[in-house]
Amino acid sequence: MRSVLFWSLVAAILVYMTLPAVVVVATSVNPTELMAFPPTGFSLRWYEKALTYPDFQTAFRSSLIVMALASTLATLLGSTFAFLIFHYNFRGRGLLEAALWSPLIIPHFTTGFGFLLLGSHLNLTQGYAVIVMAHLLLVTPFVTRAVFVSLSNVDANYSRAAANLGATPSGVLFKVTLPLVLPGMLGGWLIAAILSLTEFTASLYVTASRTQTLPVAMYNYIREYADPTISAISALLILSTTIIMILANHFLGLRRILGIDNG
Amino acid sequence: MMMTQQRPFFVPFLVPAVLVAVIFAAAMFNVFQYSFLEFIPGSVEVGGFTLDNFTRINRPVYYWVLLDTFLLSFATAFFALVLSYPISFALVRAEKNWVRSVLVVLAITPLFTGEIVRTYSWMLVLGTDGVVNNTLKALSLIDASIPIMYTRAGVVIALVQFAMPVMIILLATAISQVKRDCEKAAANLGATPNTVFWRVTIPLTMPGILSGFVVVFAWTMSAFSTPQLIGGGKVLMISNVVYLQGFSSFNLPFAAVLSLIALGAALGSLGLMKLATARFERNLATA
Repeated sequence: MRSVLFWSLVAAILVYMTLPAVVVVATSVNPTELMAFPPTGFSLRWYEKALTYPDFQTAFRSSLIVMALASTLATLLGSTFAFLIFHYNFRGRGLLEAALWSPLIIPHFTTGFGFLLLGSHLNLTQGYAVIVMAHLLLVTPFVTRAVFVSLSNVDANYSRAAANLGATPSGVLFKVTLPLVLPGMLGGWLIAAILSLTEFTASLYVTASRTQTLPVAMYNYIREYADPTISAISALLILSTTIIMILANHFLGLRRILGIDNG
Repeated sequence: MMMTQQRPFFVPFLVPAVLVAVIFAAAMFNVFQYSFLEFIPGSVEVGGFTLDNFTRINRPVYYWVLLDTFLLSFATAFFALVLSYPISFALVRAEKNWVRSVLVVLAITPLFTGEIVRTYSWMLVLGTDGVVNNTLKALSLIDASIPIMYTRAGVVIALVQFAMPVMIILLATAISQVKRDCEKAAANLGATPNTVFWRVTIPLTMPGILSGFVVVFAWTMSAFSTPQLIGGGKVLMISNVVYLQGFSSFNLPFAAVLSLIALGAALGSLGLMKLATARFERNLATA
């Protein structure tokens, strides 16, 4: 009896958490312009409109450019930084760590606003440089964290053994450490890419109309129109994220990545 | 040479980190600098040094915005905690592996769909012709749509769901560290399952509860798109006023002051959490 009550409660809370996503997917296939749930028919017209709408096409291109640059740079920066703070103590390390972890705490609009001001000083407001820089700072902590955890799980004896057997420091790094932390780097890169693709608040400050990313274009559309085109894009994003999460759970183990064991 | 032999890759790994940190510091310094510059109405250019931007905050309308931001964040953290605990508990303790997998995917995915998608979804659920209103009408419980959009309640309903994935992760980590032996010992000594839960499990997961509450609180203080779209200008949080000041009035100096206040509030609440957690752990150690 107790457990029936408990699982009903869990189910009810899960309905609250997933209802919005279900509604979006359902409304995206509705043939009429008015929101209807459950849908009154089946049509892909909003998908066609979403995929052919020029603003979304250019915005998607911008998003891919920013995502590719920011997540790749973040993987390089986050991995080397994790290696640095894992192995070395040096003067100013605390300050450096504070600077590179702080984007987790600083409100995204403060970060975005700062880069807007910096960009206008440097005359960079029309290009991708400032957007990539802002995204790089926002997503790097997630890579650093993932790689740092991987480094902590690597047995230091492997590196020592390789060094004893005559491997150079580069040999140890590229042939021993790197392959062992590669899953962490890949996980970090994946998280960085998804977070960059969906980042909105800071992007709103640092993008110009020519460089706006997909979430910014979606926001501008929502403010002007009320048809289900956004439902179609949202449904595509929700479905692809869910598939990625199921795959990540299967191959990498979400609970292990998140540090949740079974008590 | 000796240096590089002892510390391979130290310099090449240090340089990019320092470079990026300096660029970020420059961006933050710009915000700090602008907060002391004079606003010239009708222009994005700024004047000389002034403290006027800080005295401008001393108006009732801004006190209300700060109070609203605080109360909405507090309510969000509270409801997110209450709703997340059962999910985290089930996520850790479910016996079947597939149940745990389904729970973790359902609980974590919303974190990665992005704030625009999530906020838009809630607009469809809470709107005048949204799912909630239409369902209530179909059941003849109400005659006319009740307003949920553009109210504080609507904003909190969306913000709580927004915050739950993070809360669930933090609580589940805490629950997974509880030693089952403690619970079994209490049960063996005659405690009812209720007593075990409230007197053993909850106190042992208190560090997770505290950090989850404060992280969500600080996070919600800087929420932007949910109050912007669900609040629709009728519910204003500090982020919305920063945006209004920056992009409608072009008062960049005052927007800078408000950004600094938001930053201070976020840092302050995390500092409080450290204090509270340290005190709690000390009490636990001496108890």
